[in-house]
Amino acid sequence: MPALLETHHLIKHFRGVQAVNGLDLAIPSGCCFGLLGPNGAGKTTTVEILEGIQEPTSGTIRYRGEPLGPRFRQEVGIMFQSTALQDHITGRENLRMFGSFYPRTLPVDELIKSCALGEFLDRDTRKLSGGQRQRLLLAIALVNDPDLLFLDEPTTGLDPQARRNFWELIHQIKSRGTTVLLTTHYMEEAYHLCDEIAIMDHGRIIAQGTPRDLLAAHFDDVVLQLPLADFPDPAPALALTVIRGRDAVEILTRDVNAAIQELLAQHISLARLQIRPRTLEDLFLELTGRELRT
Amino acid sequence: MNFKRFWALLVCRNYEFLRDRSTLTWNLLFPISLIAGFAFAFSGPGLALYKVGVLGDIGGNSSAFLQTRYVQFVPAADRLAALTKVERHQLDMLFDPTGGRYWINDESPKGYLLERVLRGADAPPAFSKQTVNGRVIRYVDWVMPGVLAMNMMFSCLFGVGYVIVRYRKNGMLKRLKATPLTPLEFLSAQVASRWWLTLGTTVLVFVGADFFIGFPMHGSYLNLLLVFAIGALSLISLGVVVSARTTSEELAGGLLNFLSWPMTFLSGVWFSLEGVHPFLQQCAQVAPLTHMIDAARAIMIDGAGLAEISGHLLALTAMSAGLMAFGAWQFRWE
Repeated sequence: MPALLETHHLIKHFRGVQAVNGLDLAIPSGCCFGLLGPNGAGKTTTVEILEGIQEPTSGTIRYRGEPLGPRFRQEVGIMFQSTALQDHITGRENLRMFGSFYPRTLPVDELIKSCALGEFLDRDTRKLSGGQRQRLLLAIALVNDPDLLFLDEPTTGLDPQARRNFWELIHQIKSRGTTVLLTTHYMEEAYHLCDEIAIMDHGRIIAQGTPRDLLAAHFDDVVLQLPLADFPDPAPALALTVIRGRDAVEILTRDVNAAIQELLAQHISLARLQIRPRTLEDLFLELTGRELRT
Repeated sequence: MNFKRFWALLVCRNYEFLRDRSTLTWNLLFPISLIAGFAFAFSGPGLALYKVGVLGDIGGNSSAFLQTRYVQFVPAADRLAALTKVERHQLDMLFDPTGGRYWINDESPKGYLLERVLRGADAPPAFSKQTVNGRVIRYVDWVMPGVLAMNMMFSCLFGVGYVIVRYRKNGMLKRLKATPLTPLEFLSAQVASRWWLTLGTTVLVFVGADFFIGFPMHGSYLNLLLVFAIGALSLISLGVVVSARTTSEELAGGLLNFLSWPMTFLSGVWFSLEGVHPFLQQCAQVAPLTHMIDAARAIMIDGAGLAEISGHLLALTAMSAGLMAFGAWQFRWE
């Protein structure tokens, strides 16, 4: 699949900090591409360079094989993590205003329907709930029927219902063939929505591929999870990898039967045992570490 | 320049202003109440300019000094307490008509003048009195053009300068940068919106103040509108310069106050600059507000025509063009 947006050896320096460090990316057309990384990994800077908001120190970005120009501005939609809208202006007026900036637009009725704006369209944007506001910002990002849509942590701060509702909207957008670049801190969201993900740290891509391929490449074990209260302290000598958490103990194993036998041999209660496969969150922590980033 | 984008932004900015009831009300009521306050304060026989404490009975005394207009004579029962007030400039003089004495504070200019008045009150006139026959104007008539212009100044500077910085700080400019909108289209819409809204509110204030207070208008209304139109443009351009790169609302507020308060002082809103240091008079010529007020006063009070105010119009036009060009050149979305 040809790359809609690609970068070559992208570098961005700030005072004493190399935020982006020789980044090579290729985002295929029609793909939902997830860019993940801990705080300070260079993710936001990278996305802002890709959006044309910041200039790179060096390196190139090409959209449809050409440097970013007026065509890029007309064909992309952007939903920033936090965007203020003008006070005292309704959602409908915002859609009209942003629509007037583009030569090609989607009909307002279609946006209202696809983003479910009907109930609050004529309300002052200051009076919208978090979910309503995100849906309106998504509609504004879609107003020019973009070929490439940037979604920067679009569901941060939303409740589970609003988040799942938002995922449905993104599925619909994907089904129209729109290329999506998504950044998120929710690994479940990335797994659910993205065809391909890249994990960044220290300004570089440290892993890239489909979620399934990445998990298969890094893990061949499963996780046995026990409540902390059910696990002896001090821990018995086990031939298993044991990770003690705040509320639970996780035991990593390739052979579930053997692991269970070993636990039973130590008279550990398995009444509340849970077995789960490895997730993107495990991969993320494995690759970027467990220490707190600021 | 795409007119469709410009118009869409202009309409939304107008909605934002007109639907903000508290700001709109403030913009209309503040200058009217200010002018009404002045009209009330300066109505009647005239405001007393000096305050003199008098020991003993004021009514039973026939001293010519006690008949002086614009001096407020107040009874002073306790001489020592009254002297303390003279020391602290609460009284400009303490007068004892019975004892033939008076006390002033040597540091008080008002005391000095009162002393000269007192000494000359009973003296035979050395000069013959002549009275001017020109139009009689009240202080409120003189101050009215200044108050209108000052209100426009605050509206233009803060309505553009502060608002653009707020848009930058809350991320709205970043969002607009991500669209095909150009800085020229954005700035033009902001300027045009504030320009007509300021002129519109000024016309309403003018009509309202004239209805309630009444003041002379000896020149052309169209000429006055022209002065205010070009003056508003120059002040809005100054607001654009302030907001071009500022990212903090606090800094923007400080810069706008730093510009507006000296301009208010130097432009002669409240009092004439006759007699102040020539350097300050030269400085005043750099401020758009000075030219606006001088031209508006010339039209309203003296009935001046376009030829007589052409120098002010030229200065305001040059300032508008220069400041706008500089502000647009310096402008950054972030």
